[in-house]
Amino acid sequence: MSHQGVVAACSDAVTMIDRSVRLARRNVDTLFVSLLLPLLMMALFVYVFGGAINTGTEYVNYVVPGILLLTTGYGASSTAMVVADDMHSGMIDRLRSLPIHSLAVLTGHVVASVARNATSTAIVILASLAMGFRPEGGAVDWLAAIGLLLLYVVALSWLAAGLGVIAKSVESASTLSFFMLFLPYLSSAFVQPESMPSWLRPISEHQPITPVIETVRSLLIGTPMESNGRVALAWCCGLLLFSVVLATSLYRRRSNR
Amino acid sequence: MIVEATGLRKSYGATEVLTGVDLSVAEGSVLALLGPNGAGKTTTVRILTTLTRPDSGTATIAGYDVLREPAQVRGVISLTGQYAAVDENQTGRENLVMVGRLMHLGRRTAQRRTGELLEQFGLTDAMDRRVKTYSGGMRRKLDLAMSLIARPRVIFLDEPTTGLDPASRSAMWDAIVELVRDGTTILLTTQYLEEADRLADRIVLLDRGRIVASGTADALKTQIGGERIELRFTDEVQLLKAAGVLSGVVDQLVLNVPSDGTAAHLHQVLDVLRDNGLTPERVSSHRPTLDDVFLALTA
Repeated sequence: MSHQGVVAACSDAVTMIDRSVRLARRNVDTLFVSLLLPLLMMALFVYVFGGAINTGTEYVNYVVPGILLLTTGYGASSTAMVVADDMHSGMIDRLRSLPIHSLAVLTGHVVASVARNATSTAIVILASLAMGFRPEGGAVDWLAAIGLLLLYVVALSWLAAGLGVIAKSVESASTLSFFMLFLPYLSSAFVQPESMPSWLRPISEHQPITPVIETVRSLLIGTPMESNGRVALAWCCGLLLFSVVLATSLYRRRSNR
Repeated sequence: MIVEATGLRKSYGATEVLTGVDLSVAEGSVLALLGPNGAGKTTTVRILTTLTRPDSGTATIAGYDVLREPAQVRGVISLTGQYAAVDENQTGRENLVMVGRLMHLGRRTAQRRTGELLEQFGLTDAMDRRVKTYSGGMRRKLDLAMSLIARPRVIFLDEPTTGLDPASRSAMWDAIVELVRDGTTILLTTQYLEEADRLADRIVLLDRGRIVASGTADALKTQIGGERIELRFTDEVQLLKAAGVLSGVVDQLVLNVPSDGTAAHLHQVLDVLRDNGLTPERVSSHRPTLDDVFLALTA
């Protein structure tokens, strides 16, 4: 791509980010769900189920990293729906018939998704502190945890964008992204995998969410890190690469129908 | 020819949507693709606007190949699709500025053009309202305005007035006539014969993926059978006597006499009748409408 092409592509991306963020801000339902639902879930786990679950620590300290990943799951699934909605409106034909880079439209949605998720994550963290979450990590640990969560959110947002492109309708986008909401329950988010039946334990231990959660736990509340950091990073980078390629090629293919 | 297409074919599975369509549009003219639902109008437009790849065939817009140079093609065209392509949750002004920016107009130019178009389409009062509060006619106007922001050389309008009330339709026609006056080339699709007749320089009749006729509205009407004079008589005796002195086709109590449409010919016919002591009850001159053409060719 020429220098001029790069400048044009960046300008297109900025315009599309501007659009997606504006639309996300005005989509009250989605905003409401992605901000409020995680708070309700956290309250539910801390105050209702928490007393019955033994994790060897104060439950609020155990559960907050899990809630953070659950939050991003909700955020990503609404991203899939927003993208699907866009793909089935007349707008997408107009955007495709403009001389813009084919990645600009999805980039706009992904950035808006990351911004929305970052906001809801920040709100959840603040609320968790109010509910008694007492992390021990220092500034560096916090930065590392935030960096990893951000990487995970970006990867998941691209995956959601890809699902949104492939979905036949907004409803099917929501169905396709169901596993993003479900996967955290099969991880170490809410209970320790040791408490699960033996056939379920390997699934719980070898899915991407568990190492990410364990890494965040280790950084913020000081549980042993072991290999979790490396595994989490590998999962996130792999997922990001896979999702970007998937979303981009699906988007291009849909243009050729 | 600013738009040229040869041998466009497209199938979806076993369904052939286009079976070899050739088109050409002269710069500054209006071509109407006329046909019923499912004729292949939208598919043709989607191929010409780089949204769909044909299975075979070639097309160029302003000399750029739609398959090999889609970016250049997109730089000179605009598309107003069948469904208003506007963001409901952005205001009219935001929609316009966004498209201007995506067409790589500078920020200031995009804002200036936005102001001009809002004015031109009478949307200035509504410009800071979200589009979801707009009426159907206002959306279509905004949609068209978005297509015009970068002064495209070729505009594709896919059923621009489908679903509009008569007043909005008339306003849309006025806007299109205005564009033609500025020298913009327009390719529009429509199911309405009246619309094609009124707006288009040339009409291409599409049916089940192939072109069944093309030409000016007048040429098409001539093709189906030219003008005729209808002579209605009160009884069969007079009718048959008239049929004996004038060549024509009898249909119940009416004698249809082919005509070139001139007053001289009408005079001549009436003179012949008077000389033979015949007085028709009614005389009318009949030109085939595009409806006649349409029904005759797509039946």
